[in-house]
Amino acid sequence: MIKSFLNKLGFASAPFAGGVTPDMCKWTEDSAIEDCPLPPLFIVPIKQHIGQACTPLVQVGDLVLRGQKIAKSEGYLSVPIHAPTSGRVLKIEEHAIPHPSGMGLTSIFIEPDGKDERDSSLTPMNNWQDADPAELRERVRICGIAGLGGAAFPTFIKLLKDKRHPIETVILNGVECEPFLTNDHRLMVENSAEILHGLHIIMHMVGAKKAIIAIEDNKKDSLLAMQKVLDLADSDAISVASLPTRYPQGSEKQLIESLTGKQVPAGKLPMHVGVLCQNIGTTKAIYDAIIFGHAITDRIITISGDAVPKPANMRVRLGTPMRFIYAQRGLEKFDNIQLLHGGPMMGERMRHPDIPVVKSSTGLLAINNERMKAAHQVEDPCIRCGHCSEVCPVSLVPNLLADHCRNDQLEKAADYNLFDCIECGACSYVCPSHIPLVHYFRYGKGQAAQVRREQSFAEVSRLRSEGRDIRLQREKDEKAAKRRKVRDTLRSESVLNPENDKKTETTSNTEGKK
Amino acid sequence: MLIHLSSPHIHSGDSIRATMFAVILALMPAGIISVYLFGWLAVFLILLCMFGCMATEFIALKWMGRSTAPVMDGSAALTGLLLALTLPTSIPWWMALLGSIFAIGLGKQVYGGLGYNPFNPALSARIILLVSFPLQMTTWLIPMHLGSSPIDLYDFSSAWQLFVFGASSLPHALDAITMASPLGHVKTEWSQGIGVSEALRAYDYSYLDAFIGREAGSLGETSALALLIGGIYLLARHTITWHIPFSFIATVAILAAIASMIDPNHYTPPLFHMLAGGLILCAFFMATDPVSSPVTPIGQIVFGIGCGIITWCIRTWGGYPEGAMFAVVLMNCAVPLIDHYCRPTVYGKRGGQS
Repeated sequence: MIKSFLNKLGFASAPFAGGVTPDMCKWTEDSAIEDCPLPPLFIVPIKQHIGQACTPLVQVGDLVLRGQKIAKSEGYLSVPIHAPTSGRVLKIEEHAIPHPSGMGLTSIFIEPDGKDERDSSLTPMNNWQDADPAELRERVRICGIAGLGGAAFPTFIKLLKDKRHPIETVILNGVECEPFLTNDHRLMVENSAEILHGLHIIMHMVGAKKAIIAIEDNKKDSLLAMQKVLDLADSDAISVASLPTRYPQGSEKQLIESLTGKQVPAGKLPMHVGVLCQNIGTTKAIYDAIIFGHAITDRIITISGDAVPKPANMRVRLGTPMRFIYAQRGLEKFDNIQLLHGGPMMGERMRHPDIPVVKSSTGLLAINNERMKAAHQVEDPCIRCGHCSEVCPVSLVPNLLADHCRNDQLEKAADYNLFDCIECGACSYVCPSHIPLVHYFRYGKGQAAQVRREQSFAEVSRLRSEGRDIRLQREKDEKAAKRRKVRDTLRSESVLNPENDKKTETTSNTEGKK
Repeated sequence: MLIHLSSPHIHSGDSIRATMFAVILALMPAGIISVYLFGWLAVFLILLCMFGCMATEFIALKWMGRSTAPVMDGSAALTGLLLALTLPTSIPWWMALLGSIFAIGLGKQVYGGLGYNPFNPALSARIILLVSFPLQMTTWLIPMHLGSSPIDLYDFSSAWQLFVFGASSLPHALDAITMASPLGHVKTEWSQGIGVSEALRAYDYSYLDAFIGREAGSLGETSALALLIGGIYLLARHTITWHIPFSFIATVAILAAIASMIDPNHYTPPLFHMLAGGLILCAFFMATDPVSSPVTPIGQIVFGIGCGIITWCIRTWGGYPEGAMFAVVLMNCAVPLIDHYCRPTVYGKRGGQS
């Protein structure tokens, strides 16, 4: 209420609600990106994005080049998958993927031949300014680009130039609010020109007139680097915005609120408020796809944590096993160590390091058991202090919501806006009773999804059952009608019918034959 | 072995014990002032209440077959300290012990322990004692340094005798060692037809004394200064938020200001109300008890306003001289309702869209 009043007065950049300021631990912020060598075996899962899994195009024994399409997309919400290096397909079978459950998925195993030859079937589009945006969008799709900030949403879907919802502003998300992670930070320092170039391409694709490069104020060198290339380009349409360091500033909805003062309405998308957000890494990937015709085969990953002897940022080929990457940084024994995929606030715990990295792998962390245990203590009763509600960026009341989820009161949980929770973890972070609030929300969402599935299954069953009843009734009616017809015919020609007395003498010969 | 491991995997380091100890620390200035004013008697009373509460919690948990680990988390000790600060210093020791048992036994453990009590435990106990023993609970010892008390509370043996055997065991008459609190005095004078300014002059009332604490009252009621120091510490540490104390005290001040402008002879001025009785103690330490107060900021403001209205009404028109404790417990009844209706507007649902 006060914020919207301030907005009306002209203070456009209203901070988002809540938020926490954990120790940022940006130990690798000054480490230049190093190239990770090729492992002896690549494991490429067929689903590395939000949406439908791909289907393998190659067979065992096939020779592939780097950037060659090895799995094709299925359905609209999907992007193809490419070989990370040149080599031979060893086998295609199920392997563990970066999921907290430890589940597996069909993966394509590639043995590198060491030559690392590229597929050059896609031509560079240096004159992209003259190209049709639809053509550029298709290039982004066939290069397999998905959001590299961690969500892995198929990028081409967002790059639609839709007349009904025109994009006015493109926001480059260089916030990187998770502790430890420094991928985007280093990309902005080292590849600022390419990122600006990528931004221009994006603006052309969606027809946006303005752009903002949003960076947290703890990345002073990134701010300087991006401002420098902007000054060289001398563009009024693009500006660099420095935002206060607060988690989760980098969350798309919160970022839009901070920069424009507008909230994305519930159930709607950023395009409905005329905004498109894009991660820095994704922008660089778009640049590579358009300018060089490179499909996505690698990404920047931060390897850090108190159990890693030599933390760093590395350019890693997709499909590299985590064990290999950790070994590059000096970590080979995994006793009493917990492995995290992503950042510490929203990352998933990996049960073992024999899992490949995928498009959503922003960070590989290794934390000592003791430190992890300190964060995951036995739950005490809720003392209703309200800290969780103070820090929630979506303005929920987490403690009451978790109560409803825990007690399986799913309708009440929905009423308390369970499905607006972005699972950022700020509430669990501050809880003095160490209640795993996000865990209860995930449980609640899972239960609600299960109930929905059962209900839709029950609905389908009910419709089929009703259809069957209708069909049986119809058949019964048809049989009864037929019998009646026969009976009537018989009756009209019967001996007992007085009308037929005259006829019987002439038709009695034919009666027996009926 | 780590069981569930949902993100987040880092924690701020806050804990229930840290929170409770921070509040106990915030009450230390008030404790020091109370020892300055009431000597050994204050020490005995505080220690007895704290020990009584912790012992009651231990016995209750054992009896229910539950783990007795919560005894050391600081919440029972805090309840004991708060209870002691609301009691009159001349109270018999067994009454204080009874209060401790009521506070933890009936005020907390019977509901399920920490986090489940709907009412503030210390205040529930105080109310039970006040209604059961009205005379002893409204008898205020003259504090030291006011100069008029014949007992030396700094002397261990006379304080011990008073504590264990009661005021009747002393050679002094009760009138000689007790006096009315400012609120009580004004009320009784008004019932005899004497107006506010006359009553305060007769009492030799001074705002400075009320602020520092050189006045009669319970251990914690006297020094507004000491309590404010503690309150500001808690606000700075972010253990409590400004919503409840501010709205509670502001409501009382505003109502008193309006009333005293209309009829200054009948109604005491706002500053008098703010410094008198347990208002500051209740606003900063009792009403802000996290378990029995609302979770949401808007709800907390509604709660504070409600407490303020009830406090002023009881003080002005009710039978009791002090209304803050009743106000808090009455508003505690409304907390689930307040919580349900005062939820903040969720992101993306402004303007009632959902």
